[in-house]
Amino acid sequence: MEEYLPELARRMVDGFAVTLQLLGWSALFASVVGAALAAMRVSPVPPLRAFGTSYVNIFRNTPLVVLFILAVEGLPTLGVIISFKWFAIITLSTYTAAFICEALRAGINTVDVGQAEASRSIGMTFRQTLGIVVLPQAARAVIPPLASVYIALTKNTAIAAAFGVTEATGKLSNLIRDFAPLLYASFFSIAAGYIAIVFVISGVAAVLERRLAVAR
Amino acid sequence: MRFTRSTAVAGAITLGLVLAACGDDGGGSSGEAVDYPVVDNPDFETGTTMADLAEQGNITIGVKFDQPGIGFKPPGEDSPVGFDIEMGKIIAGQLGLSPSDINWKETVSDNREPFLQNEVVDIVIASYSITEDRQQVVGQAGPYYVTGQQLLVREEDKDTITGPDDLQGVKVCSVTGSTSIQTVTEEYGANPVPFDTYSACVRQLQNGTVDAVTTDGAILLGYAAQSPDELEVVGDPFSEERYGIGYYKGDVAMCEFLTESINESFDNGSWKEAFEATLGESGIETPDPPETDPCPT
Repeated sequence: MEEYLPELARRMVDGFAVTLQLLGWSALFASVVGAALAAMRVSPVPPLRAFGTSYVNIFRNTPLVVLFILAVEGLPTLGVIISFKWFAIITLSTYTAAFICEALRAGINTVDVGQAEASRSIGMTFRQTLGIVVLPQAARAVIPPLASVYIALTKNTAIAAAFGVTEATGKLSNLIRDFAPLLYASFFSIAAGYIAIVFVISGVAAVLERRLAVAR
Repeated sequence: MRFTRSTAVAGAITLGLVLAACGDDGGGSSGEAVDYPVVDNPDFETGTTMADLAEQGNITIGVKFDQPGIGFKPPGEDSPVGFDIEMGKIIAGQLGLSPSDINWKETVSDNREPFLQNEVVDIVIASYSITEDRQQVVGQAGPYYVTGQQLLVREEDKDTITGPDDLQGVKVCSVTGSTSIQTVTEEYGANPVPFDTYSACVRQLQNGTVDAVTTDGAILLGYAAQSPDELEVVGDPFSEERYGIGYYKGDVAMCEFLTESINESFDNGSWKEAFEATLGESGIETPDPPETDPCPT
């Protein structure tokens, strides 16, 4: 036991450091791509709308593990040789962007169409309409679904354990191998780590929601 | 926005190409069929596991389906092939059962003990190393083959990576949570890349994303035999794995039967034939048969 605890602590720090890297980069890229996709889907340009819709339909409907296999097994055959951590980040971002797009679009749809019509009628461009009028109002409505997407992303990072990345879940496999009798202790410690991350995300979401709330 | 769109398009096209490129890359060697002695009306004491199996006329054996040369089920075929499979036929023959009386059941490393404890299979022959930990929950007879951890590398790297001492900082793939990956990481400073199957590791090696794959030499030889111009097993084994046959814990009569059958196959040449028809195809010489352990009393 005195050997186990320091080892557990050390491996949890190592493992969750990687999990947080996966989560941070994927959340960033997915948010940028997702926002662009949402803008395409609500834009007045038909080819952009079609592209946005196709992206969402393809990547939201493909199991994440299949995307992982395509990236990790396929991209290297095309000459893309990067670290497995970046394969995981690319895959997670590609997949999560579709969900971010839909969460944002749902928020945009909560803003009455009259608002957009009014801003267009006073001569605002599409960019201004979206940026100054619609998105600030939509932001309020998207916080709960966006928090869910980021929480799902946190848990999805665990799939990387089967694709060459030793993150928290990979460390759990190693702990089970090295300390077989302490299976439950290892399991609950790693689970607690994920719960802590999820608590932070939902906490931030709750604060934002309260800040942005207005009486209507 | 233009940047995002073009990269997303590139990504979508890439994935499409990949889908098309992911075809079947060939099965394993199917080996020549070897016939092993089938005993007529074997005589077992009533009440023993052997008597029950002989009477019911079939046996369920847990084997691997994804290890070429050891236990491998080629796509589209009904039954697996490999050295473990041949050992299964030899054991069945001693029970008076022909190969067609065997039900092959796929086991993976993690479910071998539960399959024996829950009597899902009668015996396990699945590159099953004999260890003290495992013998606390199941019985293991043998060994029928002794191998050790080795390295599989690409043909062009065989002069730069010649053994475990060359692994400092090298990306080495093995199965998540395996003892092989622990050894190369902790003792030789390799950069571990865990995947869920050996075949995934071998594809990563061929893709160039990792520089070595490590596990038992027997398993690596099977992969090397599939792509002899591309892959090579290098260095001497740096651990010892003794493959045994798993049976229900405490069944001493079964253990004695299995050990006797293994020894008999050493003596009458069927073990050698089995080896030559499977692992021997990768070009290694048939080793001397190992010495079997005594059964627990």
